[in-house]
Amino acid sequence: MIGQFIGYLIGPFETFGFMRIALVACVALALSNGPVGTLLLMRRESLQGNVLSHAVIPGAALGFLYAGYSLAALTFGGLLSGLGVAGLAALAARSRLQRQDSPLIAFYLVSLSFGVLVVAARGSQADLMHVLFGTVLAVDVKALVLIASISSVTLLIVAMFYRPLAVESFDPAFLRAVGGGGGAFRFMFIALVALNLVASFQAFGTLLAIGPLLLPAAAARCWTNKVWPMIILATVIGMVAAIAGLLTSYYANLPSGPAIVMGAGGLYGMSLLAAGRMRLKAKGLEGLR
Amino acid sequence: MTNSSDRTRQGRSVSEGVRLVRAATATLKQSLGSWLSTLENKTQTTFNRYLDSGYDPGASDSHTRRGEQGIAVRNLSVCYGERYAFEGLTGEFQPGSLTAVVGPNGAGKSSLVKALAGMVRPAAGEVLCPALARHRLAYLPQQDELDRGFPITVAELVALGGWRNFGSVREPPPRVTESVFEALVAVGLVSVTDRQIAELSVGQFQRALFARLLLQDADVILLDEPFASLDESTTEDLLHFLRRWHGEGRTVIAVLHDLDCVRRHFPSTLLLARSPIAWGETDLSLSVDNLARAQKALVLAERGRIGRVA
Repeated sequence: MIGQFIGYLIGPFETFGFMRIALVACVALALSNGPVGTLLLMRRESLQGNVLSHAVIPGAALGFLYAGYSLAALTFGGLLSGLGVAGLAALAARSRLQRQDSPLIAFYLVSLSFGVLVVAARGSQADLMHVLFGTVLAVDVKALVLIASISSVTLLIVAMFYRPLAVESFDPAFLRAVGGGGGAFRFMFIALVALNLVASFQAFGTLLAIGPLLLPAAAARCWTNKVWPMIILATVIGMVAAIAGLLTSYYANLPSGPAIVMGAGGLYGMSLLAAGRMRLKAKGLEGLR
Repeated sequence: MTNSSDRTRQGRSVSEGVRLVRAATATLKQSLGSWLSTLENKTQTTFNRYLDSGYDPGASDSHTRRGEQGIAVRNLSVCYGERYAFEGLTGEFQPGSLTAVVGPNGAGKSSLVKALAGMVRPAAGEVLCPALARHRLAYLPQQDELDRGFPITVAELVALGGWRNFGSVREPPPRVTESVFEALVAVGLVSVTDRQIAELSVGQFQRALFARLLLQDADVILLDEPFASLDESTTEDLLHFLRRWHGEGRTVIAVLHDLDCVRRHFPSTLLLARSPIAWGETDLSLSVDNLARAQKALVLAERGRIGRVA
């Protein structure tokens, strides 16, 4: 009985190479999405992350126009346009003409529309779906190497510069005063987010790439107030969601990207409920004391 | 016979070959090594300059230059969009002075402190502040500019004040832990050392930030409304630190509202209302005449702006 169950869990990965590659890609993504998503959440910049994920589209779409499904073209195009739009958004925010939300949302809508137009002008309906929602199961070894490299570099950078990255997010004035190099770390963090979104883009498309980045971190935040446990928990939740999503998509014949994001969303919902109930209990106990 | 001579010849040629290879690798190592070390030095300099310029572990021992750490401003103006926060400020915060910056709401006090701290770029004029360039300036923003929800404990927050001992990437040395403890004792927060900052009251949080200032050990200290919404006893305790810093020869500049408090504790005062009204000894600056002028100046500035809009 248990053996059969484990067989169901392992079977698909044992049988099909593409499932194995998808699994490794998702695990690698979860490893770097954990810390980056947690930092993004703590900075209260989820919206900015969302904008970045859409800002990746125009560049990736242009890359696709010129080079087809070339990994390098998609990646560099996406990275460049992501950073470009992030820079523009920062400029718009600095001008203080409007609250920061409005220019961000404008950039997000414009990049999304532009990217869709570019792809639609040249490619097919299938290409459009590929750009918007990604195809985890179509990740090949080359893309896997790219994802794994980005994830390794991200982990190294976060491990090395964790302190200034964290301080910059809640007291930038202090970081500047003590000479931590404030602006440099702000840029570094945005570049990290853009890099990870580009990596996710292959698997989840531009509409969903932000999901595996933010949802596990948000779920982890329900359970703990400390940063390191949050990062580790977010990583684990991301991996569990990936495995659950892949298996669901395999057995129910559903698209895998949305299934994984749904898995992460489900874990987030459960965390919200469970953590809320625990907090109520703790309060009740305190009241008794 | 021939065999053995062959062998010796062979042996010689092999050893010669080895020697040649060794010599070659030695020169290669030398040239590559120097190239590598310059590369390493360059990387190190770039890294220090852009990502870790605050690492300066020796600095805490040299208080010799504290006497020179004033701030001079020349025709300083700060703008937000088209609106002037304040304009035309010229003068000097004397080294070792304790100055209050007062004025009506919207007079540009916070903007002035931000400009002194290098947080906003002046629209015109300049700030001469050697302490800022040497990272010997501390700036305490208004509480609502900090994210209190950030997951960090009181001890961690205070330890950040010792930044120059560990910089961006190093492990904090043990002496930082000791000074964190001393600072927490000084501000009366030992009982909440391991709490998250989100769990602190407004007063406790301000005490924690003062503990961080103690660790920063800066020559110039800028405080933006440090006593806003604090109870009397906390204000009294924190004022004690201001007086202590003044006694130690640091330059202290604080934005304040309570004029009685300013008259009692601050030797000099800058009265600001979009433009400087008075700057000097507190009693002279805060004359009835000057205060009335400050109110009027702000009303006039606002009216001018409304007139422009309409």
